[in-house]
Amino acid sequence: MSVKDYSKTMLLHFYRQMYLVREFELRAINERRAGLIPGFIHSCVGQEATAVGACAALEPTDVITSTHRGHGHLIAKGGDPKYMMAELAARTTGYCGGKGGSLHMSDFDLGILGANGIVAGGIPIAVGAGLAFQQRKERRVALSFFGDGATNEGAFHEALNLAGLWKLPVIFFCENNLYGEGTPQAKQAPVADLAIRAAGYAMPGVTVDGNDVLAVYEATRAAVERARAGLGPTLIEAKTYRQRGHYEGDPMVYRSKAEMDEWKRRDPVVGLRGRLLAEAGIPEAEIAAIEQDVQALLDEAVAFAVASPKPAAETALAGVYGDTHGGLVF
Amino acid sequence: MRTITYSQAIYETMREEMARDPNVILIGEDVGAFGGVWGVSGDLVKLFGEDRVRDTPISETAIIGAGLGAAMMGLRPIVEIMFADFLPVAGDQIVNQLAKARYMSGGKARVPVTVRVTTGAPGSAAAQHSQSAEGWYMNVPGLKIAVPATPADAKGLLRTAIRGEDPVLFFEHKMLYATKGEVPDDPDFAVPFGQAAVRREGADVTVIAIGGMLPKALAAAEMLAGEGISAEVVDPRTLVPLDKDTIIASVRKTGRVVIVHEAHKRLGPGAEIAAMIAEEAIGYLDGPIVRVAARNVPLPYSPELENFVLPGVNDIVEKARDLVRGRL
Repeated sequence: MSVKDYSKTMLLHFYRQMYLVREFELRAINERRAGLIPGFIHSCVGQEATAVGACAALEPTDVITSTHRGHGHLIAKGGDPKYMMAELAARTTGYCGGKGGSLHMSDFDLGILGANGIVAGGIPIAVGAGLAFQQRKERRVALSFFGDGATNEGAFHEALNLAGLWKLPVIFFCENNLYGEGTPQAKQAPVADLAIRAAGYAMPGVTVDGNDVLAVYEATRAAVERARAGLGPTLIEAKTYRQRGHYEGDPMVYRSKAEMDEWKRRDPVVGLRGRLLAEAGIPEAEIAAIEQDVQALLDEAVAFAVASPKPAAETALAGVYGDTHGGLVF
Repeated sequence: MRTITYSQAIYETMREEMARDPNVILIGEDVGAFGGVWGVSGDLVKLFGEDRVRDTPISETAIIGAGLGAAMMGLRPIVEIMFADFLPVAGDQIVNQLAKARYMSGGKARVPVTVRVTTGAPGSAAAQHSQSAEGWYMNVPGLKIAVPATPADAKGLLRTAIRGEDPVLFFEHKMLYATKGEVPDDPDFAVPFGQAAVRREGADVTVIAIGGMLPKALAAAEMLAGEGISAEVVDPRTLVPLDKDTIIASVRKTGRVVIVHEAHKRLGPGAEIAAMIAEEAIGYLDGPIVRVAARNVPLPYSPELENFVLPGVNDIVEKARDLVRGRL
């Protein structure tokens, strides 16, 4: 698809969201260095097009499950950078009141069923959400984000099998960033295109350029239509690249500078910006205005996190159960 | 009151709750056409259809995950795992996902999932179909653990689990399915979690019996009575939450305690109960805290070997007698 096939509003929406994801990650990395954020960050820099393209094909009532590299998914599904930054900073105003952190952020009102600290952990949960939608004859879908590494986990195969068998309205969205932690995909799986794994579960498997937000959007839109029509799940493999380490602080001795430079030339955010200017004829000033707006939003998010209170120690004991039977469960 | 079996009590509760609430579904291996490998789900698929009573592949991770995701979206799934031994196949979904979803979300996720699972040794089922896994999961905050020992408790605790807001591992002992007992007719009859039952009053020794060990503990108490020893039998009914008050009150009264379970002795549920008694009532004890439990080996196939490994009525009688006679 060419940018000319999309409205300016849509193109600017894609760009704004992708720029927001990128800049959120860079802020979070800086704030972690500065000491505001105590925990891990697995940044999704370089993978903005997958999150934004996929979520643009969803309705607000649809749901997602996310991963350890999930900030982009949350933002793309409507997550508020203020509450995300506050959660990273372990404040009471964060999405989980400081109990989840980067790996476990969720917002059930927005259909974000949670990032996940376990590779492939969210995939069976998305299948369960799809089961509930099918059961109640709702035209909603569940989309599960996961990485290439997750496709080697048993949970992936069990989840695809069940969804294929029951024709559940689920989109299995694999962000193949070529590395499972520090090991290249070629050393983790005997197949190059992970989409072929769909064949064993009687669902379509599609491979797309994960750095092209329009390609991601179109593939996801087709899968969502299919799911809403009751035709069952789809496996999408979006090939992309993790520009930074597995986690912040990863020495990245396992890959070459030449490879990293090559993928930086294919940067999804920079690439879309160029296309908007050159192919869609959007003036530089309009794009710059969006960028300024995003920076202001992020200034506000950081300020909100800094100003928010840290939780009182004894609140650690609350929220384990819905019914505590008069406190007996502790 | 009617007299029905433990198995019938579980079946009826599922039937009643499915009739009452369209959000209650049952999913698991062979729960539909087969009627459950232990026969517990019977004709539920005929009554409620294949949409609400779903046979699954042999796929424990997907089963638990499907229950969790469906619960997050508003259903109240009952998921069946055929044997407690298979729970570790779904280890991540139980320990990292189901148990923690609510807490990690800051209390916002709702996860009313009842995991029905069979426990205990049915006889020569050997090491992978006989285990009592209750204790493994007591160490995981976020799960509740029910160990019904009578038909009335099977019914009342299951109703509490299904109508509750939290994930429950509901351990059904295979050797209790055919046992009979009186069950109230009230369609809302429920047994609250965290309330132990004193099954037999006594003065000399408290016998805390978990799940399938209750009938054995009661038989032992009867034999002890013949020797002039008065045993009080306490059934915790749920291990998480645990009714400390009833246990401590009984121990304070008798000054002696024998904890009986079919799980392995090392770090079985009795280890936690013994530690709790030591922390809160050691000054009232007239002798050591005694545990009667399976020996710390995998369960063997041979009946002679299995009988040696599993705790029996005589083990309870001997330990209680020695404790009361001051021989321990």
